[in-house]
Amino acid sequence: MAVTVSPERDVVATPVQRAFREALYAGAIALGLFVLFIGLRTDQNISNELILVRRWGLLALVVVLTAVGRFLYVAYAQPFAASLKVADVATGLLPESMATRFFRLPYFIAAIVIAFALLVLAGSLDGLLGPDLAGYARFLRALAIIYAVASVMFYFRSFIHAHFSALGVSALALYPVIVVLTLALYTGSVAGGFQGSLKWVDNFGIQILIYVMLAWGLNIVIGLAGLLDLGYVAFYAVGAYAYALLGTHFGLSFWILLPAAGCMAAFWGVMLGFPVLRLRGDYLAIVTLAFGEIIRLVLINWREVTNGSARISGIPKVSFFGLMSFNVSDPNYIAKVLNIATSSAYYKIFLYYLILGLCLLTAFVTIRLRRLPVGRAWEALREDEIACRSLGINTTTTKLTAFATGAMFGGFAGSFFAARQGFVSPESFVFLESAIVLAIVVLGGMGSLAGIAVAALVMIGGTEALRELDFLKRVFGPDFTPELYRMLLFGMAMVIVMLWKPRGFVGSREPTAFLKERKTVSGSFTKEGHG
Amino acid sequence: MNAQASADDLILQVEHLSMKFGGLVAIGDLSFQARRGEITALIGPNGAGKTTVFNCITGFYKPTEGMITLNKRDGSTYLLERLPNHEIPARANVARTFQNIRLFSGMTLLENLLVAQHNKLMKASGYTFLGLFGFPSYRQASAESIDLARHWLEKADLVDRADDPAGDLPYGAQRRLEIARAMCTGPELLCLDEPAAGLNPRESAALNELLMDIKNSTSILLIEHDMSVVMQISDHVVVLEYGRKISDGNPQSVRTDPRVIAAYLGVDDEEVETVLTEVGDEDVIEQLDTGPDAAHGPGNSASMMAGPVSDTVEHADEGERVTVSKGASKAAQVDARSASVAGKPAPVAKKAAKVSTAKAAPKKTAAKAAAAKADSASKGKQAAAKPAAGKRGGRK
Ligand SMILES: Nc1ncnc2c1ncn2[C@@H]1O[C@H](COP(=O)(O)OP(=O)(O)OP(=O)(O)O)[C@@H](O)[C@H]1O
Ligand SMILES: [Mg+2]
Repeated sequence: MAVTVSPERDVVATPVQRAFREALYAGAIALGLFVLFIGLRTDQNISNELILVRRWGLLALVVVLTAVGRFLYVAYAQPFAASLKVADVATGLLPESMATRFFRLPYFIAAIVIAFALLVLAGSLDGLLGPDLAGYARFLRALAIIYAVASVMFYFRSFIHAHFSALGVSALALYPVIVVLTLALYTGSVAGGFQGSLKWVDNFGIQILIYVMLAWGLNIVIGLAGLLDLGYVAFYAVGAYAYALLGTHFGLSFWILLPAAGCMAAFWGVMLGFPVLRLRGDYLAIVTLAFGEIIRLVLINWREVTNGSARISGIPKVSFFGLMSFNVSDPNYIAKVLNIATSSAYYKIFLYYLILGLCLLTAFVTIRLRRLPVGRAWEALREDEIACRSLGINTTTTKLTAFATGAMFGGFAGSFFAARQGFVSPESFVFLESAIVLAIVVLGGMGSLAGIAVAALVMIGGTEALRELDFLKRVFGPDFTPELYRMLLFGMAMVIVMLWKPRGFVGSREPTAFLKERKTVSGSFTKEGHG
Repeated sequence: MNAQASADDLILQVEHLSMKFGGLVAIGDLSFQARRGEITALIGPNGAGKTTVFNCITGFYKPTEGMITLNKRDGSTYLLERLPNHEIPARANVARTFQNIRLFSGMTLLENLLVAQHNKLMKASGYTFLGLFGFPSYRQASAESIDLARHWLEKADLVDRADDPAGDLPYGAQRRLEIARAMCTGPELLCLDEPAAGLNPRESAALNELLMDIKNSTSILLIEHDMSVVMQISDHVVVLEYGRKISDGNPQSVRTDPRVIAAYLGVDDEEVETVLTEVGDEDVIEQLDTGPDAAHGPGNSASMMAGPVSDTVEHADEGERVTVSKGASKAAQVDARSASVAGKPAPVAKKAAKVSTAKAAPKKTAAKAAAAKADSASKGKQAAAKPAAGKRGGRK
């Protein structure tokens, strides 16, 4: 069946013919890609020898699946999408009509009913359906809740868009309260509510907010000043170790050490800034990356001070502004003072509000700074450094202040991180952390606080949520650990978002001053900066 | 009248400025002056070194040699070649625009003009600290800066688009915005690098108007290829070719200067030839004889001139290396021609007078032109005849 591929053939070929051909190509490519990845695998046998395991069956399955998938996509999905005009050709976005078709009142009611029924039956699900089906039912419940929430958001989309910041801040402020109340109702006891809230407040709330804060701090360096910094985690580490060391050795309180840690980090920001002032773009990125690694290696190897990989533990907890403590043994333990039941959830909730406060401080300062000459100079620097110099802006100090300010917020986040963990070790400050924070900034849209917060929510919340997908174990067998696929999904999400919105969630820029009306500046005009 | 100009009339004095990039002499021993309240045009063929002169004045390049003095209205004097880049606009109040427009394209027009007022606002915001806490003094300064921005937007006829991104403007408007932005720094000297490049006639006329308006408060140094703009608005023209000054004077005198015409249009080979043979100047003929191409007959006069001219150029520059291809400088060819003519006094006196200003002029030529110089000076002709171009003559 030797056919020469000519341009006319494409025109004449029916979708099925075309799909068949493309499926063959896709299969061939998949075979080439996966023959070593999936087809062969090195393993150890009983006598600890390295052996090669061949998995031709699995390979064949993957290749066939790829080919079939491509076939179905080209033969049916593409014509179907085209006939529905699903994707807007110009923007690549789903048109409004698609969303209205997806979010409908009957579906919404159904979702609510399902979610509610499954919530009520929660305790007896296992008994009713058996463990396997109960897992699926819980997943269905989660989907129904997400769908219901999404519908509400879609219905009020213009309102949400108009009041995004206010809504976001109040949602964040109410989050622990809602979680505790919901769980208290669910379990039927206040103590149960607090106990159950631990996971939601700590793993989701605090974790996400730490990344929001880091990303907002890095946003100053990358999003505003356009200086590509790949070693941001170094300042996080400086802040964490500053609090850990000074807190454990001198017993100083968090409230003194927080600004101190910020100052230390800012100092190191300037230290890093000086040698890299002349560098731009890729070169700057490489040097900052090296700086991050240097700090980590120092932390590992300077054992006398940092205790190396053995970590520093016993970091004092944050006190409630010195009035109440969160140590059960202390006389002014919060539960004793307020006469309530002992629970570790209080500390977590307190930490949640603390990091929320720090985040809001970061946002406030960033918003203020953008409207001040220094912030405008940062953005101008990102746009054109030569023009800046021709206007009498001292680019040296401008860059250094950007590094220092960004680093300071990294330091704040670091000292908070140390206080929350109770220990610090160099493993927390690997390059991957810098990369994740950078990814959040890029994904959110450089320079946009709201976009970055949403990106942090999606990225960190999403990867945390993957831990919840235990039912997948029933599908793929007990060896399957969804957490291990977090980074894969992280990467896939990044690729998709970047294809769909190359400038991040919020690609446009809010001007810092206006004469007549405030118009957002389209992302196609702003520059990313070259160093 | 230039001869009488006192030091405080001069806003900018460039003396013996040289800029070398490796072996390439982009500017060779250039001296000129710009007077306060005037538009001084710097013209020359492509690659003559005009932008390099600007880069030296505004601190983007550190000149290899020479002195650039700026006299401010308040009497203070700055040596620009010693100031760091960003302090030249900040302290010496010299602003500039760029040949390839450099706007902050992702910022609005208003923001572009506010960035230009950075130093002033920085002080008012107490180096950020007072501004961070919203002190009223900063709020007032910020309102004033917006007023100034509005003022220049109106002058540049851009106020309707104040809240649009600068990158969204048409080309001509971007040029005007860049000028407005430079003006927002409150300069005493404004350096414009080809502001009319790429403008249509209507935009060009609007630009002229804007420049004439700016001229009332600020002296302008202008690079321009568009002769109509130069002739219309400039008070004083300096012509560069291959990094050397070949002419300096008012627009009319420069326009008729054969060296300038030659630099722009090329010398008519036959004309040179006839002049040379007609004059029978011994020096030139001698040079012709020793020149490499002279042996091949007088057919190709451009290359025929090559040997002697390049020699004298090097000679005049005290042995510095010139990578200009031999015989490339059209003005130098005119020099050589004029040199031969200078022997005959009356008919060519005017031409010879201009020759004397040329840095590249051979020393012999300068000497020969001396008589003619005196002649035209007595006629009250200006800069062209003034010995300002002489090595020590730059200082008055
Ligand atoms: N940074 C540099 N490094 C090396 N050579 C340079 C540099 N800048 C300028 N030159 C050289 O100096 C000479 C003068 O360049 P310049 O840009 O000043 O010319 P110009 O008169 O502005 O020309 P145009 O009318 O085309 O703008 C050119 O030969 C150019 O290649
Ligand atoms: Mg130029």
